[in-house]
Amino acid sequence: MNALEVKNLTKTFEVGKTLFTKGQGVKAVRGMSFDVRDGETLGIVGESGCGKSTLARMLVGLLPPSEGDIQIEGKVQDKANPREFGQMIQYVFQDPISSLNPRKTIRQIIETPLKRLHGMGKAERSKRISEIFASVNLREEFLDRYPHEFSGGQAQRIGIARALAAAARILILDEPVSALDVSVQAQVLNLLAELKKEFGLTYLFISHDLAVVEAVSDRVMVLYFGAIVEVGPADAIFKHAKHPYTKLLADSAPVVGRALEAPKQKADELPDPLNPPKGCPFAKRCIYATDICETTDPALIEMGEDHFAACHNPIKG
Amino acid sequence: MIQFLKLLFRNRLAGLGAVVLTFILLLALLTPILPLPDPDITATGDRFMPPFSDGHLLGTDHLGRDLLSRLMWGTRLSLAVGAAAALIAAFIGSTIGIVAGFLSGRTDNVIMRLVDMLMAFPYILLALAIVAALGPGLINALIAVAAVNIPFFARNIRGVTVGLANKEFVDAARLSGMSNIQIILSEILPNVLPVIVIAMSTTVGWMILETAGLSFLGLGSQPPQADLGSMLGEARAALITSPHTSIVPGIMIFLIVMSINLLGDGVRDAIDPRLKSGALSRPLPATIVERKETPPVASDDLLALQDLRTEFHVGDRTYKAVGGVSLKVNKGECLGIIGESGSGKSVTALSVMGLVASPPGKIVGGAVSFQGNDLVGASYDELRALRGDRVAYIFQDPLSTLHPLYKVGDQLIEAMQAHRRMPQKEARARAIELLDSVRIPNAARRVDNYPHEMSGGMRQRVSIAMALANEPDVIIADEPTTALDVTVQAQILSLLDDLRRERDLAIVFITHDFGVVAQLCDRVAVMYAGRIVEEGPTAAILDDPQHPYTKRLMACVPELGGGKRELHAIAGLPPAVDRLPQGCAFAPRCEFAQDVCRQGEIKLEPNGDRAVRCLFPDKVSQTEVTS
Repeated sequence: MNALEVKNLTKTFEVGKTLFTKGQGVKAVRGMSFDVRDGETLGIVGESGCGKSTLARMLVGLLPPSEGDIQIEGKVQDKANPREFGQMIQYVFQDPISSLNPRKTIRQIIETPLKRLHGMGKAERSKRISEIFASVNLREEFLDRYPHEFSGGQAQRIGIARALAAAARILILDEPVSALDVSVQAQVLNLLAELKKEFGLTYLFISHDLAVVEAVSDRVMVLYFGAIVEVGPADAIFKHAKHPYTKLLADSAPVVGRALEAPKQKADELPDPLNPPKGCPFAKRCIYATDICETTDPALIEMGEDHFAACHNPIKG
Repeated sequence: MIQFLKLLFRNRLAGLGAVVLTFILLLALLTPILPLPDPDITATGDRFMPPFSDGHLLGTDHLGRDLLSRLMWGTRLSLAVGAAAALIAAFIGSTIGIVAGFLSGRTDNVIMRLVDMLMAFPYILLALAIVAALGPGLINALIAVAAVNIPFFARNIRGVTVGLANKEFVDAARLSGMSNIQIILSEILPNVLPVIVIAMSTTVGWMILETAGLSFLGLGSQPPQADLGSMLGEARAALITSPHTSIVPGIMIFLIVMSINLLGDGVRDAIDPRLKSGALSRPLPATIVERKETPPVASDDLLALQDLRTEFHVGDRTYKAVGGVSLKVNKGECLGIIGESGSGKSVTALSVMGLVASPPGKIVGGAVSFQGNDLVGASYDELRALRGDRVAYIFQDPLSTLHPLYKVGDQLIEAMQAHRRMPQKEARARAIELLDSVRIPNAARRVDNYPHEMSGGMRQRVSIAMALANEPDVIIADEPTTALDVTVQAQILSLLDDLRRERDLAIVFITHDFGVVAQLCDRVAVMYAGRIVEEGPTAAILDDPQHPYTKRLMACVPELGGGKRELHAIAGLPPAVDRLPQGCAFAPRCEFAQDVCRQGEIKLEPNGDRAVRCLFPDKVSQTEVTS
């Protein structure tokens, strides 16, 4: 069974709407379909404006999708019962400090899901909190302090502890380490890997850092302009990229021992979301683009073992 | 609490207000038990007795009633009505504001337009209309004053709530299974409460004044009941013949409203967290210099930092942000400074041109020698002439370094004209040329763009163009690509590299990314807790790191192409720079640390063209990172 099944998920935001007039629709997510397998880590990479955060917020029910459907563990996403929903899927935020209410103690923050989602009594809650805190390597004396007293890495552990408290099996990790220093980043990534093993979790790991995504993921999905351009096994997708955009990303990442040279592309601006192109949105930047790319948006098709890409002129090899 | 009072009394006027108000409140509370005559007993024979008459300290009014007694009871009533009106207005107004701000969208729109309509009426007219409809009386005046002030609270609180409702912790609460009402009560309300209290403290004076106004017009308290407004109203007829009957309540109103307003302002300032941190005090144009020992002799390198030490003094704490850093960079060279947040790399860079905010920053030792001159002792005018001319900076976030209201071209022109006279036309041509040189397509058109019309990468190119505007000798780039997407980062890096080769620029490049350093920099210095722990040619350091921190930091960073793996994290946290341990700052996190590492001063030991601040570099270099 798949942990998550997403079909034709679309989000249209209206811009320029006033009280009396309808605005113009801007598609932030343009018909994404994908599965997240039980127990895997699916990495999602893409640059700013590619729709990765919008996608994540829809998956956890913070944003209603405009079209398409989401199935969680075989059931259609149903927010009518927030208690049940919160126990299925949880979210870890990018900015650890701002995701904690500055006027609540850590205990109050971690307790909320136990109280609201699981209806635990006081004694049971404090026992569970001790267990959770032990698993994220935090000392219990922190429980009665306030969020501003913690460093970024500690605050992110608290954020993870809150997601664990809900006991959901699927975690959406939205840039969980990008606000952290590299030495702390490694601590948190290792913690996430341990927790996954211990509790049998499924992760959707969103990041803009290709190396981090590659290090933690089983499969990687590359987004561009609100759509999936390539999805494949983590160990192959950057090495044997099929889509020119994936290749551009991989070639742009600074790597020790590689000479400094900006990878080839024709332009570097994203298409205008108010006036999206008819064909492939990457065509304007793509050095392999042909006539068909300007007119037809390519569909996602299989191009290798478990490897899909949406491109008319995929890179061979 | 004690700290709050300290901050409050630092503002003398607010302290005065607090004292006066406390005194008035005490008197008002004690009124029933003070030996005062009944305020409502008339004695027509004793009309208009002057102050200090026998038995009537403040004299009597037109019906021979004791003025002191009426004043005390009147003050009591006016304060109570004012406070009640403030509470009611705050409660209803804040509820409307929170609901509108939290629900947003159409509900917000409709509610706020209704509030706007209420605000469109002149408030005293509105209050009069309400009292006229309900009939005169103190309670009705109270309702009118409260109603008139609701929009003020609604608008204020809505603004704050809109900001809070989009915060991540509200999303998190929703995912924790809380309903909207629970979120409003437990997440939003505690965060807007301080704002409500401040708004109340600044408006309660107004409300007392407005109630007094209605009473003065005969629409508030009804005779014989005394409040300050009705006392004034009744004394109006005798303003010339017996002025004390109007002066007495007039002074009381003045004292109450003045003290409340002064105190309110003081409370607002004291609660503002920026005041506590000193961020509201304007920094000086150049960092304060307080060097105790004589500075080292200037070197003949293009730019050299010699044992530079910069500290921040906050309260009784001293943060040694830069604890003795020596670096040098020459023409055409690129020096990387690598470190994590709090390692002092940015403060080092800012110290060069005296840009560290003072107070609280201070340069306490060492020298910055530029072309043989010491900049640390230089006057502001000398520094200003060099800033942006010979030494230019590029910062992390171009959106906050470019002025949002000026066209990028005008900002470039300003950067040039700040240092040399140049006709407008020539400056504009040069601006276009600069934009072209940082490879902005269609520069002639882009020169008239505002920063918000450009993408992040384009804006950073503009910042680079601005840094190049006066053909500087040194560019200090502080994490210039951290906020950019990876494809854009690659372009900016290669642009910087080309510029350096074309123009023989010296670049100091600050970053936390080894990949970037490897590609761009000739030499690299690794900083930890305010000091350089290792320095040398980039390739040598990356091949064979000799300081355990460098080695472990490199192992932390995943590199593309390595596949799925466990990372080698560094346990623990860097030390706070106000409590540095004895000896090596990295010792508490180091696997090689021995007793000698935890005592005395460990020197940055030169070894050929590199240097390392470690007692056991060979051991480090030979051991693989395992855990």
